[in-house]
Amino acid sequence: MDHDFTVWFSKSFGLFYLIALSVIIVAYAFWPSNKKRFDEAAQSILGDEDKPHRDQPDRDQPSRDKSWR
Amino acid sequence: MVAQLTKNERQIALIILLAMSVCGLAMGVVGHGDPLGIHGAIVLLAGIAGMFGVISGYYAPEPGEDRLDRYFDDPSRMGIILAMAWVVAGLFVGDWIAWQLVNPNLTFDAAWSSFGRLRPVHTSGVIFGFGGNALIATSLYVVQRTSRARLPDQLTPWFVLLGYNLFCVIAATGYLMGVTQSKEYAEPEWYADIWLDIVWVTYLILYLRTLARRKEPHIYVSNWYYLAFIVVVAILHIVNSLAIPVSIGHAKSYSAFSGVQDAMTQWWYGHNAVAFFLTAGFLGMMYYYLPVRAGRPIFSYRLSIISFWGITFMYMWAGSHHLHYTALPHWVQTLGMTFSVMLLVPSWASAGNALLTLNGAWHKVRDDATLRFMMVAAVFYGIVTFEGSFMAIRSVNSLSHYTDWTVGHVHVGALGWVAMITFGAIYASVPWLWKRERMYSGRLVEVHFWLALAGTVIYVFAMWNSGIIQGLMWRTFNESGTLAYSFVDTLVAMHPYYIARAIGGLLFLLGALVACYNIWMTIRTADQPADERVADRPVVPALTGVSAPQPAE
Repeated sequence: MDHDFTVWFSKSFGLFYLIALSVIIVAYAFWPSNKKRFDEAAQSILGDEDKPHRDQPDRDQPSRDKSWR
Repeated sequence: MVAQLTKNERQIALIILLAMSVCGLAMGVVGHGDPLGIHGAIVLLAGIAGMFGVISGYYAPEPGEDRLDRYFDDPSRMGIILAMAWVVAGLFVGDWIAWQLVNPNLTFDAAWSSFGRLRPVHTSGVIFGFGGNALIATSLYVVQRTSRARLPDQLTPWFVLLGYNLFCVIAATGYLMGVTQSKEYAEPEWYADIWLDIVWVTYLILYLRTLARRKEPHIYVSNWYYLAFIVVVAILHIVNSLAIPVSIGHAKSYSAFSGVQDAMTQWWYGHNAVAFFLTAGFLGMMYYYLPVRAGRPIFSYRLSIISFWGITFMYMWAGSHHLHYTALPHWVQTLGMTFSVMLLVPSWASAGNALLTLNGAWHKVRDDATLRFMMVAAVFYGIVTFEGSFMAIRSVNSLSHYTDWTVGHVHVGALGWVAMITFGAIYASVPWLWKRERMYSGRLVEVHFWLALAGTVIYVFAMWNSGIIQGLMWRTFNESGTLAYSFVDTLVAMHPYYIARAIGGLLFLLGALVACYNIWMTIRTADQPADERVADRPVVPALTGVSAPQPAE
């Protein structure tokens, strides 16, 4: 593996994998079915409740769509 | 402290401390006559002191099962106190060396107090001592709340916190004795590096175990940032610290890299330390404390995800902008420059996201100095990332590099962004952690805010002026084509700015002292009405086998 190969590799592969990762992240962030989860996450830190959920299997909200789990 | 450990954990603590003492003893023996021997003595003393501590509390009653109904906040409380101790020490040394640049006689003719040895005490003291302790304390606080899960055990967080502080003590005392790897922000020698690696990997495992126990379906974005901070710092530190000691009995080691590879590895580490220690970790802090304090959800959760990955992908490539006009291949310099400019996008996305969160809560920013600390931090974050992208451009760098402009830029970030967001987070979490309604004195928070802001602005403007004058004087030619100014001419021109900088630093230090007093009085004032967050006490204690909540809980 010489210098020229390394340069070629980082200039070509580097370009495409970074673009691919960007596309994946933007798709993940804007995927419509994720919106509800993100909105709930943003709200989840605001409550006054301040103790661990010991025995409950998960934070339970009737409105939650659990299909992704 | 010990009363919170189960019997089993107390035994493991004793074994760890015994092993530590043996290591210290071994270091003292093989490193006799070398700074390594003195560090061995420090490790040995720390181990013995720890064993005495554990033994003195060994027969205290075990914590009851009801502890599992509460978050485990003792390490966070201790972490905040340690952070405040380190910030006072670190800022004091920083201001001292600032005055040394005004008047060199202030070294008092001792080797340990020379600028070259005190400067890393300052940088490590504020970055690792203050910043690191604040990050550990807040990350453990935040991961529990956002996961609605208690830390998996009581011993590991103490190991991480106290082990990390032992590393900081070894580092700082080593610099005073002249022990250094000569790598910026990675000065500690091989044995300190090995210890930090052990502590840091334990920290990572602790964090992952807590996340694995979470009762929230989604991992809140703060945890992503904190986790990036922990993971990447581990990778950076291990690779950059690869070195061979001269012998097992000597503190001195030589890097596994040489020449331009060494320089590139160091600045890959150095710039990512800025990115993942001083940025990602504190962004994690911001994404939790700012929305909670403002009482509003983050403006755009989606944007926070996109900027997270933007920062993570792009920062990795930016380090080579520290090596413009060096032996580093030109295309690698250009690569670092380009990524640095692109970094403006995710950086401003985070800063904008924070400020837009405050839209509709500006009256709170006006009234609440704690929230104002966080708001100003976001503004300075925007400024420093713009400035950083700009300074990474090769032609700008030719003026700014090696001048005080760089020092000014670092302090826009360190004082304006990192320290401000940390003070905001500390002022927010001290009443929550010690179950008080508010800080002892809101007025003193206000005083601290204005001292910190004035200190930062004076410092930064002094260094901008000084640095640009210095850079321009270095490159000014006269009619015959020779340099117009001697080196001493530049020093004379910079002298007034050095005085201003030292005064700015002094104001910042005074603010930190005010904060210490205020935090101390908040902890001591026990009769304040409690706020709703006391809800982490069990409301209805079970009938049998439950002791009353202890004051230390």
